[in-house]
Amino acid sequence: MSAEALLSVEGLTVGFNTEEGPVRVVEDVSFSVVAGETLGLVGESGCGKSVTAQTIMRLLPSPPARIDGGRIRFEGEDLVVLPEPRMRKVRGDRIGMVFQEPMTSLNPTQRIGRQIAEVLALHRGMNYTQAKESVIDALRKVGIGNAERRLDQYPHELSGGLRQRVMIAMAIVCRPKLLIADEPTTALDVTIQAQIMELLKALQRELGLAILLITHDLGMVAEMCRSLAVMYAGRIVETGPAATVFARPRHPYTAGLLSSSPRQARRGERLPSIPGLVPPPGKRSTGCSFADRCGRVTDRCRRELPPLASFGAGAAACWNPVP
Amino acid sequence: MLAYLARRLAASLLILLGISVVTFGLTFMIPADPVAMIAGRNSTAEVRAQIRHQLGLDRPLPAQYASYLGRLVQGDLGRSYARKSDVGPLIVSRLPPTLLLMLGAIVAELLIGLPAGIYAASRRGRTGDKVAMTLSFVSVSTPQFVLGLTLIYLFAYLLNWFPLGGYGSLSHLILPALTLGLAGGGWYSRMMRSSMIEVLRNDYIRTARAKGMPEWRVILGHGLRNAIVPIVAMVGLDVGIFMSGVVVVENVYGWPGIGQLMWQAIQSLDIPIIMGVTTVAACFIVLGNLVADLAAPLIDPRIRLR
Repeated sequence: MSAEALLSVEGLTVGFNTEEGPVRVVEDVSFSVVAGETLGLVGESGCGKSVTAQTIMRLLPSPPARIDGGRIRFEGEDLVVLPEPRMRKVRGDRIGMVFQEPMTSLNPTQRIGRQIAEVLALHRGMNYTQAKESVIDALRKVGIGNAERRLDQYPHELSGGLRQRVMIAMAIVCRPKLLIADEPTTALDVTIQAQIMELLKALQRELGLAILLITHDLGMVAEMCRSLAVMYAGRIVETGPAATVFARPRHPYTAGLLSSSPRQARRGERLPSIPGLVPPPGKRSTGCSFADRCGRVTDRCRRELPPLASFGAGAAACWNPVP
Repeated sequence: MLAYLARRLAASLLILLGISVVTFGLTFMIPADPVAMIAGRNSTAEVRAQIRHQLGLDRPLPAQYASYLGRLVQGDLGRSYARKSDVGPLIVSRLPPTLLLMLGAIVAELLIGLPAGIYAASRRGRTGDKVAMTLSFVSVSTPQFVLGLTLIYLFAYLLNWFPLGGYGSLSHLILPALTLGLAGGGWYSRMMRSSMIEVLRNDYIRTARAKGMPEWRVILGHGLRNAIVPIVAMVGLDVGIFMSGVVVVENVYGWPGIGQLMWQAIQSLDIPIIMGVTTVAACFIVLGNLVADLAAPLIDPRIRLR
């Protein structure tokens, strides 16, 4: 992958120990995030994108989760093998993370100022008085007015949009190089979604932040991301510059996703959809996992796993790509 | 808040009124005659009738209750049959040792229960968890008189670390407090464990980990305050549970509190003392519940008292 990659995930494979035995949830996933740019990691629920994000931060409890292979290179270190005490110095300081559920992601018994200051206490050794100015600054950066007064409020006194802004302030207060945003707007209503997206773009410009944006919303990817990676059933099926992939998707799954997006639909017509369901982890075939739902399926698709092959600027894992 | 307090106090008064009816009624259901106890086995019928009249026990029950309640409201708990002294001052003089014992027991059960529960939650499903939960099961199931005598035998008689009984210094307090509090400690360790496991599933715990926080700080800094809310409510109820425990424990250790007073009163059928102690105990139980409810919003700001 490119030399300037800030984060480069190579062949990442993650499994879970379940009562029915080990199950692979993420298989051989590779992508990279360039410093200061945004990569969109796209897929349906259950495709493994959140597991991938939490694995980068090593937030999944182990057991049951375990990394079965691959590397996560970040600023010259491999996060897969980094000892836990050093991993703690990465979390919150060099990589910030924003989650899907702003309503429940803040501690209900602590004032928000304290919760943000805690990050500075952990990584900069600041006490609350020392951290206060940086906290107010971070709150202003995420567009929270009246920051001094907000410091002493509890999460339940804030709206969902404000709480997500607080989460973002918490993630950027140490000025990380990378922000992992795991469905940051899914739980918010549409106007707030647009505001949060604008905020993330502004922060990226201001702080030179690289963003790994995990989403199922292709419209958001179109607006936010320079490049994207499409996941299906635990694997990357297509990757490339966003403009290229949107203009000419090569994997039938990507093509199906794009045509079933409401933004592409015409009034009065039935919205196209992809028939069938994502095969659950552990029930995936030896061939292409999308074969059973694919209109372009061939015999080879059911037998052999297609590797990611280059198509111009991008790559797709398909034996019979969309022309 | 003030309206809540006023409403709770009014409700408490009603509860206490109900308790006064029940205690008054219960003493008359006891299948023994206090007059016979006072007058002695060989007393004549006239003597008994005279004592009965002196005590007012020959009047109709509602009249007896009315005068009992009238005196109760003025803080007069009556006069002991056996001790020839007023019940009120008697209880007041016996109250400090009992309160001290209860305080010691609360400290003991929290010191045992909270760390054990937090530890078990953090080692969930592993050996440490199983050992802690087995010990908790044993401590909850051990009767207090067995535990008390065992502790006396081990730590006072064999090892000579603590006095055999009595009242006076901190070393006198430790064994009785442990005896009274150990079962609660076992109980709390289970509550704390399940409460902590529940809390550690929350999204904000993941947020704390994503900040780069060491696990022990995640548990103590973000988990504990949320996990402890149900425990605080229980501590208020403990005052009531301990009220029965002190009767056993104070007698095992010769602790001069109201539990011992109660025990002696039951043996000599000294009904005014039995009623007095029951009333005072009820007051403490009601008060304990009220304090626990008032403390909840201090820990969790989302709780509003209305």
